[in-house]
Amino acid sequence: MHFNLRSAYAIYRREMARAFRTAFQSILSPVLTTSLYFVVFGSVIGARMEPVGGVPYGAFIIPGLLMLTLLGETTSNASFGIYMPRFTGTIYELLSAPVGVAETLVGFVGAAATKGLILAAIILGTATFFVDYQITHPVLAAFYIMLVAASFALFGFILGIWADSFEKLGIIPLLILTPLTFLGGTFYSIRDLPAPWDAVAFANPIAFLVSGLRWTFYGTADVPIAVSLGLTLGFLALCVTIIAVIFRTGWRLRE
Amino acid sequence: MNEPILSIRGLTKTYRGGTRALDNVDLDIRPGEIFALLGPNGAGKTTLIGAVCGLVRPSGGTITAFGHDLARDWRSARARIGLVPQELSTDMFETVWRAVAYSQGLFGKPHDAARIEEILRSLSLWDKKDAQIRALSGGMKRRVLIAKALAHDPELLFLDEPTAGVDVELRKGMWEQIARLKERGVTIILTTHYIEEAEEMADRVGIIQGGRILMVDEKHAMMERLGTTEAVIDLAVPLGQLPPEVAAFPVELGEGSTRLIYRGGTGAGGGAAEVAQLTQALTRAGIAYNSIDIHDSSLEDIFVGLLGEQEVPA
Ligand SMILES: Nc1ncnc2c1ncn2[C@@H]1O[C@H](COP(=O)(O)OP(=O)(O)OP(=O)(O)O)[C@@H](O)[C@H]1O
Ligand SMILES: [Mg+2]
Repeated sequence: MHFNLRSAYAIYRREMARAFRTAFQSILSPVLTTSLYFVVFGSVIGARMEPVGGVPYGAFIIPGLLMLTLLGETTSNASFGIYMPRFTGTIYELLSAPVGVAETLVGFVGAAATKGLILAAIILGTATFFVDYQITHPVLAAFYIMLVAASFALFGFILGIWADSFEKLGIIPLLILTPLTFLGGTFYSIRDLPAPWDAVAFANPIAFLVSGLRWTFYGTADVPIAVSLGLTLGFLALCVTIIAVIFRTGWRLRE
Repeated sequence: MNEPILSIRGLTKTYRGGTRALDNVDLDIRPGEIFALLGPNGAGKTTLIGAVCGLVRPSGGTITAFGHDLARDWRSARARIGLVPQELSTDMFETVWRAVAYSQGLFGKPHDAARIEEILRSLSLWDKKDAQIRALSGGMKRRVLIAKALAHDPELLFLDEPTAGVDVELRKGMWEQIARLKERGVTIILTTHYIEEAEEMADRVGIIQGGRILMVDEKHAMMERLGTTEAVIDLAVPLGQLPPEVAAFPVELGEGSTRLIYRGGTGAGGGAAEVAQLTQALTRAGIAYNSIDIHDSSLEDIFVGLLGEQEVPA
């Protein structure tokens, strides 16, 4: 199979440039949101909370908050990245270029993963002003953040191809991702929920992501890390498959 | 004759909703030529270009470019094809320079700043290289799209109404630019509503309507075959009827019998000689005239005439 590295790099660079054009917003907004969460939940409420599974409450919520912003930002960023060219018509160039699904994904998703890492660094940097924490498995944490960012960039990519209005574009992050992340154990351990809610909570796939990231941070979590990793990889593979089919059939891309 | 650089056979496209935009189109494009695709709104020009460039999925037929089947070897073919779309779709917040550099990379070429500079200068965009595209006028945006399409040095270039919205002076400049591309060996397929443009630049002309190619021919041959000479002779005194001396000529009386109108000859110029004979005949018959207005019909007349014939509903 042929792979055009220059094409992929051109897409990657452009996606990164798009983020830097709005760098102020891209940085300020996560810094502000996370700060607010830390002030309210970490400092004010957290001071009255028991440690969860041996982790002080302020530190306990970091992986969940990180996941909250990462999923939202990555999904909407990637969905806009492909929706806008469709909307303005500039997608003609991508479609007429000697570029296949592989180059497109490496460009778009690679940029999304990079942005996810930067975002995570900003959030973790902000967190140090509010709570003391240590990351037990930093390399694994970085890898997991990248994996999640790549998966949700793919997810956002599908969303941006599926959406035929700005409303549809915004509705999935707003109505599905944010609620599921909140309910997915960002602020509490699912194991502490009374039956049957603990079982119900595990029907939420995002609970596994939050748990997975928390494990890389503190070495303890609601579910084994292997389960979280497996699930994330499975989701990634599913998204790649869907996108490959979209490119093959030209659905919503070629008339 | 050389192998065609692009060969289209039985190309058909039916859009969802049932519009048949292309109906069994056959077309061969010769290497190095400028081919003008002429047709009214909705004729299928953009669809035809889209089918070759990968924007439209054909419903049937085959497209061969550079001797390769496009359905299979699309990758190598697309690297050699450039497209300037009809719509002014640009990345508004990008600068001109970055937009062109992006195209170069996207099509797999190494970054070549000198080539970008050359392209921007030739399109009078050099002083705008750091401007955001949204700050440019419509005609400038059109030229940015051309610059982007040229950034990977395509061998086959599609220009979908390249001069729409470009002022007369710049349009001339663009024609020169296109002529220079031809000199470099680039094969050009353009669509246009300005027939004068096809007449000025094209080697061959294809006329398309309702998704069908009605006629493809050398521009000159087409004008020769279908062109006519028209002469309007302004008579000094109105005539009651056609005098027998000129009855043998293809003439008729017009506008209160003060004008004698000649239509004949071919675009090749035979008409002018016949008009000279006509004036001599008039003189011999003692018929005085004040002026003669003579002109050859343009591609436009041919075009309008041909489409008029097709108006009959099927
Ligand atoms: N995406 C689409 N979906 C459905 N029908 C379409 C689509 N694009 C074009 N058509 C129809 O196909 C026909 C040919 O359109 P096309 O754009 O190819 O014409 P054109 O010759 O380029 O016209 P113009 O000179 O106005 O640009 C028209 O009837 C048009 O309405
Ligand atoms: Mg068109």
